[in-house]
Amino acid sequence: MKMTRRGGTAIRAEGVSKRYRIGSPARSYRTLREALTQAAAAPFARLRGRAPAPEDDATFWALRDVSFEIAEGEVVGVVGRNGAGKSTLLKILSRITDPTEGRVTLAGRVASLLEVGTGFHSELTGRENIFLNGSILGMRRADIAKRFDAIVDFAEIERFIDTPVKHYSSGMYVRLAFAVAAHLEPDILVVDEVLAVGDARFQQKCLGKIDEVSRGGRRTVLLVSHNLAAVKSLATSGLVFDRGRLVLQGGVDEAIAAYSRLQQAGANGEADRDWGAGAHTRIRSVEMIGPDGPTRIYLPGTPLRLRILLDTDGTPGLSVDVFLNNALRSRIALWSMHHFDAMSLPTEPGSYELTIDAAPIFLASGSYCIDVGTAVTMVNWDHQVYEAIEFETPFSNVGGGSWDFKQTFGFGFVALPSATPPTLVKLGKRAE
Amino acid sequence: MDALTSKPLRGEPHASEGSALPRARPITVIEARPGWRVFDFREAFAYRELLYVLAARDLKVRYKQTALGAAWALLQPLTMMIVLSIVFGRLAGIPSDGAPYPVFALAGLLPWTFFANVAPAAANSLVASSNIITKVYFPRILIPLSTAGAPLVDFAISALLLVAVLAWSHIGFCWSQLAAPFFVFGIMIAALGVGVLLSALTVAYRDFRYVVPFLMQFWMFASPVAYPVGLVPQEWRWLYYLNPMAGMIDGFRHALIGSAPDVWGVALSGVSALAIFGAGVAYFARVERRFADIV
Repeated sequence: MKMTRRGGTAIRAEGVSKRYRIGSPARSYRTLREALTQAAAAPFARLRGRAPAPEDDATFWALRDVSFEIAEGEVVGVVGRNGAGKSTLLKILSRITDPTEGRVTLAGRVASLLEVGTGFHSELTGRENIFLNGSILGMRRADIAKRFDAIVDFAEIERFIDTPVKHYSSGMYVRLAFAVAAHLEPDILVVDEVLAVGDARFQQKCLGKIDEVSRGGRRTVLLVSHNLAAVKSLATSGLVFDRGRLVLQGGVDEAIAAYSRLQQAGANGEADRDWGAGAHTRIRSVEMIGPDGPTRIYLPGTPLRLRILLDTDGTPGLSVDVFLNNALRSRIALWSMHHFDAMSLPTEPGSYELTIDAAPIFLASGSYCIDVGTAVTMVNWDHQVYEAIEFETPFSNVGGGSWDFKQTFGFGFVALPSATPPTLVKLGKRAE
Repeated sequence: MDALTSKPLRGEPHASEGSALPRARPITVIEARPGWRVFDFREAFAYRELLYVLAARDLKVRYKQTALGAAWALLQPLTMMIVLSIVFGRLAGIPSDGAPYPVFALAGLLPWTFFANVAPAAANSLVASSNIITKVYFPRILIPLSTAGAPLVDFAISALLLVAVLAWSHIGFCWSQLAAPFFVFGIMIAALGVGVLLSALTVAYRDFRYVVPFLMQFWMFASPVAYPVGLVPQEWRWLYYLNPMAGMIDGFRHALIGSAPDVWGVALSGVSALAIFGAGVAYFARVERRFADIV
């Protein structure tokens, strides 16, 4: 057997760093007035020797000095907690954003799949969207036409191919979107958390497809997933990120072990990320509280307790909202201080600990995350923290049976247990 | 490096049997390059298919679920032509360069409508496509450029109306009419130049969303849509023709009627259109790498 090591390096990152301005996404663009005042003030600031420092409170490093090399044909799992810099890395590798410092060298055509169905248009038919989505992802029309049947076949939507996708079920939509992406044939494929979609059977099919893509040994695949089982089965090596730094590059088992240790440390409340601040408030930390203190596990049917540390400047009319998101990051439940409890934050400035004790809900099993936002009530958001914490519902069996109600089934996210047992009353004989 | 390759690569035997020849792999370097840079025309050209696809999407979506469909491209200029003919042609008695006022009005309205459909759509296109910009890489300039496609088709449809009105007014074929597409191209360059510039500015400063409708209104009055260039005092003509739409509309109109426009004026407007396009693309190239971070 000739072991032809092509030996090429597919991806080389050298000292890659990325700095972001913080604040809610809605505030990241400037208004013209800000830019004009800044431009007007800059010369004076320079005269006084106080040129605005590039690194101030309003910026943070999403990635800091990251260097690594990935050989051609490697399948690399990228793991790390939320905000560790995984998504930023993928955005840099897929050329969506430039690094602030450092450089990345890529050998070959890159396709990135940061979200399935990017560019889908709801008014267009499945057929039209295959061409649209494929083109956006960088395929040529001729290539799409050649693989068209395979795509439709993979997505299992033959009958609906000429129906506008707005009439599709969410499952069909996701299947079609993934099918297009799965038939890209890039040298380097970058995939972000897209495996968390669809029902269990389709997920298996997608995993199989990624495996098949990498099997040739020519394609390099980088995948981010919270699904450690998927990472373990697909990846040959791993990169572990924590707070913007690459903490480990190694074999996949080693990487998963390191990630698990980090997660454990995170659950103990040791890691506090800086989430920035709004104009009036600052959300400092969010914890889920179980019977024995902070936890990342929620058992269906138990009270949902959160402890939020926040600062307020005492502006009247501030309130807090909490959103519960499913694994697809769709908001499925709301807790609202103003609307549900008719409360506001105190008008005395200071730091506060807010404890929320929400009524038990019967969540389907799977992973969830919580967004927390403060707002000038009914006017505008003040400080929003997306994915403030993530938690897991390991098992969901309302009736106490062995059937696990998983959120990935597509049957919903909340079980509706009967308040009293259902009744059945016989009305008469069945009509012939 | 060794730590990476110590594990046998998955599927290695398959690769060595593979019949596919090793393809040349393009090398991409990603690093921060702030400041002005030359626009990468070659890359944008490589993605030209996407330009058609995006334009085709706009066109398909435009008339889905409309009862009249493409007839709207005829109805709008027709009603505007009637209104302008009554208000400006009859009531105000505005001169019309020797042509019947309806012909004069329509020959100004169509190019203006084309411009006024493209420029604001292009200006708003990046913000409207933020979900794509933050998820996939391709030359971003295709987004504003593709907005010209659907209005161009609309223009072609409404040009049928123009042909009908010309025939009805007994203005037959003349060779100068062959020059008309050149002016349409000039209008497209001007509209895309303005649109590309405004789209990049709108990403950074949302204020421009409010500027654009106002700008379009102002611009229409500064262009010979409802009145002929002849009404502008001679000594201010040079300034007037710095507006690319002045020379392009005037040229388009004269080409159809078969009379001669002010050649220097048209040339000045053409240069102005190219300059605006160049400035738009240059500014776009300077700031496009930031779009995903701020949109």
